[in-house]
Amino acid sequence: MELLSGAEMVVRALRDEGVKYIYGYPGGALLHVYDAIFQQDEVEHILVRHEQAATHMADAYARATNKAGVALVTSGPGATNAVTGIATAYMDSIPMVVITGQVMSYLIGEDAFQETDMLGISRPIVKHSFSVQRPEDIPSIIKKAFHIAQSGRPGPVVVDIPKDMTAPTERYPYDYPANVKMRSYGPISRGHSGQIKKAVDMLLAAKRPVIYTGGGVIMGDASEELIKLAQELNYPVTNTLMGLGAYPGTDRQSLGMLGMHGSYEANMAMHHSDFILAVGARFDDRVTNGTDKFCPTARIAHIDIDPASISKTIDVDVPIVGPAKAVLKEMLELVAEAKAKPDAEAISSWWKQIDEWRQRHGGRFDLGDKMKPQQVIEMLSKVTNGDAFVCSDVGQHQMFAAQYYKFNKPNRWINSGGLGTMGFGLPAAMGVKLNFPEADVACVTGEGSIQMNIQELSTCKQYDLPVKIINLNNQSLGMVRQWQDMNYESRHSQSYMQSLPDFIKLAESYGHVGMKVERYEDLEGAMREAFAMKDRLVFMDIYVDPMEHVYPMQVPRGAMRDMWLNKTERT
Amino acid sequence: MRHIISVLLENEPGALSRVVGLFSQRNYNIESLTVAPTEDPTLSRLTVTTIGNDRVVEQITKQLNKLIDVVKVVDLSEGEHIEREVMMIKLKANGQMRAEIKRTADIFRGHIIDVTPNTYTVQLIGDSAKLDAFIAALGTASILEVVRSGVSGIARGEKVLSV
Repeated sequence: MELLSGAEMVVRALRDEGVKYIYGYPGGALLHVYDAIFQQDEVEHILVRHEQAATHMADAYARATNKAGVALVTSGPGATNAVTGIATAYMDSIPMVVITGQVMSYLIGEDAFQETDMLGISRPIVKHSFSVQRPEDIPSIIKKAFHIAQSGRPGPVVVDIPKDMTAPTERYPYDYPANVKMRSYGPISRGHSGQIKKAVDMLLAAKRPVIYTGGGVIMGDASEELIKLAQELNYPVTNTLMGLGAYPGTDRQSLGMLGMHGSYEANMAMHHSDFILAVGARFDDRVTNGTDKFCPTARIAHIDIDPASISKTIDVDVPIVGPAKAVLKEMLELVAEAKAKPDAEAISSWWKQIDEWRQRHGGRFDLGDKMKPQQVIEMLSKVTNGDAFVCSDVGQHQMFAAQYYKFNKPNRWINSGGLGTMGFGLPAAMGVKLNFPEADVACVTGEGSIQMNIQELSTCKQYDLPVKIINLNNQSLGMVRQWQDMNYESRHSQSYMQSLPDFIKLAESYGHVGMKVERYEDLEGAMREAFAMKDRLVFMDIYVDPMEHVYPMQVPRGAMRDMWLNKTERT
Repeated sequence: MRHIISVLLENEPGALSRVVGLFSQRNYNIESLTVAPTEDPTLSRLTVTTIGNDRVVEQITKQLNKLIDVVKVVDLSEGEHIEREVMMIKLKANGQMRAEIKRTADIFRGHIIDVTPNTYTVQLIGDSAKLDAFIAALGTASILEVVRSGVSGIARGEKVLSV
């Protein structure tokens, strides 16, 4: 058996796990590991400019591929800088392995230089974490880390490695385990057949059904089964923010997103439904609005890999614990065999009702003198044929992108849904572009969010990552401002952006292309030109109406159907 | 309602902090907590008493089960079970209180396990309600110190919690 040092085992284990890129930033505690990285060329390291970006790159790779991304950060500040990225992945159930350096094992607890209790700090935001206490355990710990991160309900796993565990002088036999066996961890592989049968009976008997799906369908690779089931039954589908793309956004049966900024028809359909099939969604507060008023006439079947997500905020009638793909497959078989068929008359009048709702609002927005952010997203959708990876930051632009970019494929909409991490967009776009060099990758952002990780323009130059930055510049923190308009009599406390940099010059100083667009007439040409520059990062600084609000917007603590439709009209 | 939740846990560094952290992170309440290795030194048995409605307790057991270090979880209060807690209580014992405390301890089948000219230390074993009742029965006796172990529990009958 080959003898390797701890540091070499870290790198070799990553290679054996099939990892091509790792994202990170070196430091004292990791010098042995970085030396081992230097001496091989199978695992490529991407040097970011801030550790948060490393975690977001790894996270976005995972969101685009359903495989765990890997970040490598040093102890102390390196590790704490990674915390926001770990929390982002945790909230959205994204598989990720974060390797953190640690001070020498015999110094732990002595407040050594760059020491921080990373296991303690990260505990509430990881699926699991490991501390390496013997170098010979490194291969099995890394194997377990990937297994845990990628199976069951995915999530981030931290592996904390004290520096002396990677010393180049000590060598150990290296053997990467093929399998993992853990008595305390065994994710479920299929749902309970009796429960599935019960859900199918209710599904077929429904007169006003809605299929409500979330990120679990995407991470669970169940989009194909979802589409088949929905189309077989001719039932409407609505996706959560995390679930967009699981069902084609341009299809007639798609109601778009639901929830706080969901479409009028999706929220109305949910409220008036008599049966909801929830798949890989967790009845988050941004979806349900007031839980006591949630969908009063609906019975609910809920498929989720995590039993703790079932009946957590909303009681359901038929809980089904299992992977979305396996359960939906079984449902499809039962539907095909079933003697009962959906009530065609009821479903047709349900569609008639839904189409009326579509007519009523249908995502309309008022045009004005200034360019509207919605117009920019519609143009992005048009220019990229709805086929780009759209990596979003957090704020109004994120909601506009979710509403107006029509995602027809899963894994194409990359955004921080649960944690709402500003600064996510650019590193996410980088992580995707690196792994999908031929694809169009857009970072939809605003002048607030982009400045939270703007230093990564430098990384983009170093590794030649020609993403397209769509900066919806409204000179204000638009979502904060919107809430201040609606709830604080327009007292815009700290929600403005003064002294903005000249983004064009900024992009140019990093070696990229900058474009300023102030008039809608210039938008299509500029955007086409930007996407035609295949090998250049283009920063499109697009000036949009600062007064625009995101609508519909649910009335706080109301029912699903209680919405503002524009600044003056509510349901 | 009060629940007694028993957990079999990998006896590994950090495992206990994950359990305790979960309770504070998710705003669950801990009344008492005991933990010690089992006959299998790789496993610890942890007993936690908590107060919550059915929804909260269901979430607690589900969330505990999600922890990778947790091997098994059972809510003992769902079935017949036995709970025990140890208390050591140091009391001022002068004059006629000396005899009074001794009598009360005898009634509760407690033992006096340490004696000085001015104090008694009484050991008492039972469910939490019995220990509470003893403290109440002491009446005017002056309590100097109370140490309670927290609740341990086991299911009645042939049911066992094991790997």
